[in-house]
Amino acid sequence: MTALIELRDVQKYYGDYHALRGIDLEIRQGEFFSLLGPSGCGKTTLLRTIAGFEAVSSGVVRIDGRDMHGVAANHRPTNMVFQSYAIFPHLTVAENVGFGLRRSKMTASEKSAAVEESLGMVGLTGYGARRANALSGGQRQRVALARALILKPKVLLLDEPLSALDKKMREQMQVELIRLQRQVGITFILVTHDQEEALVMSDRIAVMFEGEIGQLADPETLYRRPGSKRVAEFIGKMNFLPAEVTGIGSQIEVDVAGLGRGAIADEQAPAGARLGRATVGIRPETLAILFDGESTDRRVAQGRVDEVVYYGDMTYYDVRVPGVATPLTISMKNMIGRPVLEVGVETRVAWDERSLVVLPG
Amino acid sequence: MKGGTLRVYAILYLIFLYAPIVLLPLFAFNDATIIAFPLTGFTGKWFGDLWQNAALGSAVRNSLFIASMSAVFATLLGICAARAGAMAEFPGKKGIIGFVMLPLVLPEIIVAVSLLIVLRQVLGLNLSNWTVIGAHVLICTPFSIAILNGAFQNLDPSIEEAAMDLGETRFGAFRLVTLPLVMPGIISSLLIAFTISLDEFIIAFFLTGSNPTMPVYIWGLLRFPAQLPVVMALGTILVTLSVLLLTIAEYFRRRGLARAGLKDTGGFL
Repeated sequence: MTALIELRDVQKYYGDYHALRGIDLEIRQGEFFSLLGPSGCGKTTLLRTIAGFEAVSSGVVRIDGRDMHGVAANHRPTNMVFQSYAIFPHLTVAENVGFGLRRSKMTASEKSAAVEESLGMVGLTGYGARRANALSGGQRQRVALARALILKPKVLLLDEPLSALDKKMREQMQVELIRLQRQVGITFILVTHDQEEALVMSDRIAVMFEGEIGQLADPETLYRRPGSKRVAEFIGKMNFLPAEVTGIGSQIEVDVAGLGRGAIADEQAPAGARLGRATVGIRPETLAILFDGESTDRRVAQGRVDEVVYYGDMTYYDVRVPGVATPLTISMKNMIGRPVLEVGVETRVAWDERSLVVLPG
Repeated sequence: MKGGTLRVYAILYLIFLYAPIVLLPLFAFNDATIIAFPLTGFTGKWFGDLWQNAALGSAVRNSLFIASMSAVFATLLGICAARAGAMAEFPGKKGIIGFVMLPLVLPEIIVAVSLLIVLRQVLGLNLSNWTVIGAHVLICTPFSIAILNGAFQNLDPSIEEAAMDLGETRFGAFRLVTLPLVMPGIISSLLIAFTISLDEFIIAFFLTGSNPTMPVYIWGLLRFPAQLPVVMALGTILVTLSVLLLTIAEYFRRRGLARAGLKDTGGFL
């Protein structure tokens, strides 16, 4: 399948500042794609170069096979949902949504039917006559979506669309956006700094740092097999332990300081493995505390509880294991019959070679 | 009795501010040539005299023309400056904006003298209504910028981009989205620039040609004591007109803020 959007060695300078450092990217038709990264990583700049609000300094942006060089935003098959929503406050909801149809050859009744359909899609049927000013944050968001979708763009660009909403509303909108994307089948490109949001919503995610793509993968690969310490740190929580790769054969032999030796599969070293010093990553939920009377066929290390953080459904423990440089963070589901341990208690930690990731450095 | 003292102070302050202005209508309707108490009786004849005065009529027409032109040009320049200030980024922006606002605090007498020298000695122009208009645009523009800054800074910069994203050209986006949103600011700027130009004396005094503006003509009348009540009548009309225009201007400024759904961050009234 050919790419709907194709970026080739895209560079962007603002004066001396190098905002995009050679972005190569292909985004497929119908995909929910996310650009994820900390603020200042260039993700919004990249989105704006696709939209046509920023000209690239060099490189090629192709949409649907067409070179976008010199094509202004109003002539690109993209529409955008802005971070501030950019609702026109002097117009009604219907006038906002129908704004993009001003230049179309539709009759007035066709236009108002299209506006109604678009409003229906985002669950705002009957809101057309209201003043856009009088809407709540979530409703403005929906108007912005309806307004962008009415032109049936090839690509919908979303610039941190949920960041202004409260947590409950955000989670609800995430689900609605996924549903909407499946319904209309349009390619969505989402810019976000919220790793959880990216994991929940995307088919694929590009993690960006300092104007470059650090890793491009589907959410599960990104979470389970991060390609670098940086990506691993940015997405979810992870324990990092110094280790040594002692042998590379059909399996990779690692010696993890404090935990011991183990053999892992090739794909557990997504960036490749080299003999010598390395870092091993372990997610908190792949470790387990063994409570009294519990046994396991996994490997076990002795430790002492250093810190307890209670979340209601989960408890996070920091456990000091002799020989391991920093305490291991372990997350445990709180279940009936399972006590919350106190600081200072001696405990056993179960771990497994299969959950290790070998990272460079 | 802290509250009591403050109240007395506030009342004295208001009297100090407005008592001289209250005297204007008082003597404008007083049936005596001499401006002094006690009042002798009610009359409307000074307003009648005003109406008959052809020279005054011509001065008023001059002033209205100058004020209208100055208001339009100052507001046009103000729109450009305020838009650039709010939406564009360029090197030295702060310094340039500050420099543009400077005429606001320059002594008018200095501006008047230097303009006279430039216009007469350097450029060799004849003084006319247009020289006054040029000078009034100079002093009104900072006010226009200050008012329009408020209007433009309240605008979400993405809003023009959103219009372009939906298929409008840059100018179309400005016309359809930005302009309606800043329109109250534009009206407010027009009215305030008009008022400033209409009242302005010093610069007009230096730069008028053979046709004086209204304030200059009033100043001329003061040499004839018999004309003083007529001046009072004219003053009454001017004060009423100024208050009216400024009130309308402020109404539009506030409506603009309400339209954009924003908090009031100051203004001239």
